[in-house]
Amino acid sequence: MVQTPVKTVAYEAVIGLEVHAQVLTRSKMFCGCAADYQSAAPNTRVCPVCMGMPGVLPVINKAAVEATVLTGLALHCTIAERPKFDRKNYPYPDLVKGYQISQYDLPISAKGWLEIDLDGERRRAGITRVHLEEDTAKLLHRSDPSGESYSLIDLNRSGTPLMEIVGEPDLRSAEEARQYLMKLRTILQYLGVSTGNMEEGSFRCDANVSVRPVGSTAYGTKVEVKNMNSFRSVYRALQFEVQRQQDVLQSGGRVVQETRGWSDAKGATQSQRSKEQAHDYRYFPEPDLPPLHLEPAWVEQVRSRLPELPDARRDRFQEQYGLSLYDARLLVASKALAEFFERTVAAAQSGDAKSRAKGAANWLLGEVSRLLNAEGVEIDSPNVKIGPEHVAEIVDLLEHKTVNQTVAKEAMEEAFRTGKKPSQIVQERGATQITTTEAIAPAVDAAIEANPQAVKDYLAGKETAVKFLVGQVMKATKGRANPTMVQEMLTQRLSARKA
Amino acid sequence: MPELYSLTIGEAGALLKKRELSSVELTTALLQRIRAVEDKVKAYVTVTDELALRQAAAADKRIAAGDAGPLTGIPMQLKDNLNTRGVRTTCSSRMLEQFVSPYDACVTERLAAAGAVLLGKGNMDEFAMGSSTENSAFFPTRNPWDLQRVPGGSSGGPAAAVAAGECLFSLGSDTGGSIRQPASFCGVVGLKPTYGLVSRYGLVAFASSLDQVGPLTKTVADCAVVLQAIAGHDARDSTSVARPVPGYAASLGKPIAGMRIGIPREYFQGIDPHVGQVLERAIQKLAQLGAVIDRGVSLPSTHYALAVYYILAPSEASANLARYDGAKYGFAAPDAKDMWDAMEQTRRHGFGPEVKRRILLGTYALSAGYYDAYYLKALKVRALIRQEFELVFQRYDALLTPTSPTPPFRLGEKLADPVQMYLSDVDTIPVNIAGIAGISVPAGFLEGLPVGMQLIGPAFSEPALLQIAHAYEQATGWHKLRAPVQ
Repeated sequence: MVQTPVKTVAYEAVIGLEVHAQVLTRSKMFCGCAADYQSAAPNTRVCPVCMGMPGVLPVINKAAVEATVLTGLALHCTIAERPKFDRKNYPYPDLVKGYQISQYDLPISAKGWLEIDLDGERRRAGITRVHLEEDTAKLLHRSDPSGESYSLIDLNRSGTPLMEIVGEPDLRSAEEARQYLMKLRTILQYLGVSTGNMEEGSFRCDANVSVRPVGSTAYGTKVEVKNMNSFRSVYRALQFEVQRQQDVLQSGGRVVQETRGWSDAKGATQSQRSKEQAHDYRYFPEPDLPPLHLEPAWVEQVRSRLPELPDARRDRFQEQYGLSLYDARLLVASKALAEFFERTVAAAQSGDAKSRAKGAANWLLGEVSRLLNAEGVEIDSPNVKIGPEHVAEIVDLLEHKTVNQTVAKEAMEEAFRTGKKPSQIVQERGATQITTTEAIAPAVDAAIEANPQAVKDYLAGKETAVKFLVGQVMKATKGRANPTMVQEMLTQRLSARKA
Repeated sequence: MPELYSLTIGEAGALLKKRELSSVELTTALLQRIRAVEDKVKAYVTVTDELALRQAAAADKRIAAGDAGPLTGIPMQLKDNLNTRGVRTTCSSRMLEQFVSPYDACVTERLAAAGAVLLGKGNMDEFAMGSSTENSAFFPTRNPWDLQRVPGGSSGGPAAAVAAGECLFSLGSDTGGSIRQPASFCGVVGLKPTYGLVSRYGLVAFASSLDQVGPLTKTVADCAVVLQAIAGHDARDSTSVARPVPGYAASLGKPIAGMRIGIPREYFQGIDPHVGQVLERAIQKLAQLGAVIDRGVSLPSTHYALAVYYILAPSEASANLARYDGAKYGFAAPDAKDMWDAMEQTRRHGFGPEVKRRILLGTYALSAGYYDAYYLKALKVRALIRQEFELVFQRYDALLTPTSPTPPFRLGEKLADPVQMYLSDVDTIPVNIAGIAGISVPAGFLEGLPVGMQLIGPAFSEPALLQIAHAYEQATGWHKLRAPVQ
């Protein structure tokens, strides 16, 4: 009997992401209803058009087109001169017309890329297309006391503008996919075209995943993974799915083309729909909307409104403020944080620009981030009580050695809690640093007097004993003495005894 | 004085303006006429007596205040696929039998603003799919000239109502001939305006790239008045054209001497020879009026128009009718097992056979693997048909053709054979395919049955079409004959 030797093949993942981002516009995609569906009571942001009444017609929201062009430009895409809308047909109760107005073969923009950063190695991931479509209504599934289940429909979201950003299958790991997704979200936030909030569903991600032997150029059978509702679940789902497909192949099986849903609770993807049940969307050109005409001159006007994007800002932060790559990347990952940082540097008055920047970056990425995370809020959340001027004061107080690190940290925390100015907090606590030799001397002398053993150790050559004495002085001054001065004075006095 | 119900808009308007007649009197007379003949004609799905009298009273106040236009106080009907707030809009379908729209169509608004009085909603082939009004889910409408015959369709209710004196005018919709063919069958004037001239907002869509709303009237002058009221850009319809609307009345009465009229031979092939004879006399009449007739015109792609239409229209319809699923409004099947069953049962019982046939045709034509062979090919031929018309219109002001190959046929005659029924629109469909303008005017009678002729013009040629049609009408007087129904 011949046994097939078990070959160990190294596999690589091939991942492409499809992102749906809600476009921040005042009105919906094809009617005048307000698009702020999340803050409104169910079915209050509706009109005959977005309810799919008989006889209604769509009218294109220009602001949504502009946002999509802006996004396409930021992602280095080519903007089509005559894009058109198409009908995508499928029946579902949350799709009021029985078709979704989307874009099929002539999207607003196509063929671009974005840069991802992997342990310092930068790489471009392709963007297939960025197109515009309308969102569906929301179904709420309920059951009555007898256990009978029923569904409610909220039409507020029906017809709100949605941008679809389709990525090339250029990502090779769950981590790369996560980086891509975060970068994409950051770009959309910089452009102001989307909140990028995954948990609220305004930024949704599906993934096409396959695996293939390393070195192969052909694609394996792809599986569509859905139902990932956070960055963490995207990462976990992709890790799981890549491993699952590898295991299937390694055990001699075949990957089935299908749609799988991620379950956070189970920590696994599960089969939802096979290819045989896949929809034929029967796309055809939307007869109610003539093709758009995007004049090249208008596109250039839109291009001139492109803000500084995260990659450029990261490079500038390194250049202008002398920040490390690591700090610069962390700061620009949030538009709000990056802006907060720059306003902090501008508000601080002590030292030179680079030292102010270093201080601001340290505080924002350290203590302030810790406080924000603990509260589960963002720097620009409305309930955050500190502004750049608070952090700038902390930086200045430290720079002027008015307070030491410990006091500064306490003041930051109180400022965060109350919104009080750090200088005022320090004043009220009487916690300004003691920085004159006259004021510190009594405590230094008292410490030497009260701790003969430590003095003896020091004189015997055990230099660390001085740390203990510093601690005693700090304790006696309630932490207000400048520790550097304390150390200097102690060393001076003890050295005199040595001699 | 003739019976009030047989007045034209022009005649009634003059009496209203002189205060020799009030809108309430006129409206009351029309409601009486409806009561007298409606059992026989069945042109209305809904009659809005109370609303009509309220609107008539309001119109009388406007007239008294000197704030009246040519349609103020004029009783009208609207085809039942035009949305009317607070009044059922059924599309003659079980699916929308109880549907009361929350909004007015653009044309409904414009006519209300003009002071027209709504008598009710006109019967039609279900969702405007048909050529005889026998596809109404409720009842067929009958031809006022011969109650055993169909009024044409899909705007059979509107054409019959105008012919029977059950309204002074009506609005229809025309996707492949649905205004012109019934106008021809009922001996009235029917205009399919250039695509984009009249807003489709609030017209329940059948085939969006082909649908247009237009008037059905007793005379060409009335047609001009109604068109004036409904034409013009509407921001809610992205396919409506933003260009100034000319004064249509200005082209009436101008001589047509020297105007070039082409007779495209393809439109006369295979038609009823008697219809051909009627048209021959019409051509001679126009020649007498000084029009330059050219019989050497050929539009070879015409033969493909019907096939193109039965790909494009059902394809668009298959999407347009997808919204009727019982989840939001209209008919919802009771006792369904689950969500999918509810949608399937609703559509199974809510739609009639012709609607289902077209949804199936369209769904098939758009399916993966068939799209290029059917839909895409049809779009290409559509472009050819358009180009052919454009070329021809460099040489002619208008083309003259039959409106329909036959006089009105008997009820039931073509129901069993959908293709025979489809052929009834063979001469009108190319106009929709090309998005241009066409008007049907009475051209004579065959054994007491009306026969219409169609005048086709390029985009936005309505003034010229009205001018020719009016000159012909005034020279013949067919418009003075009234249907015998009592």
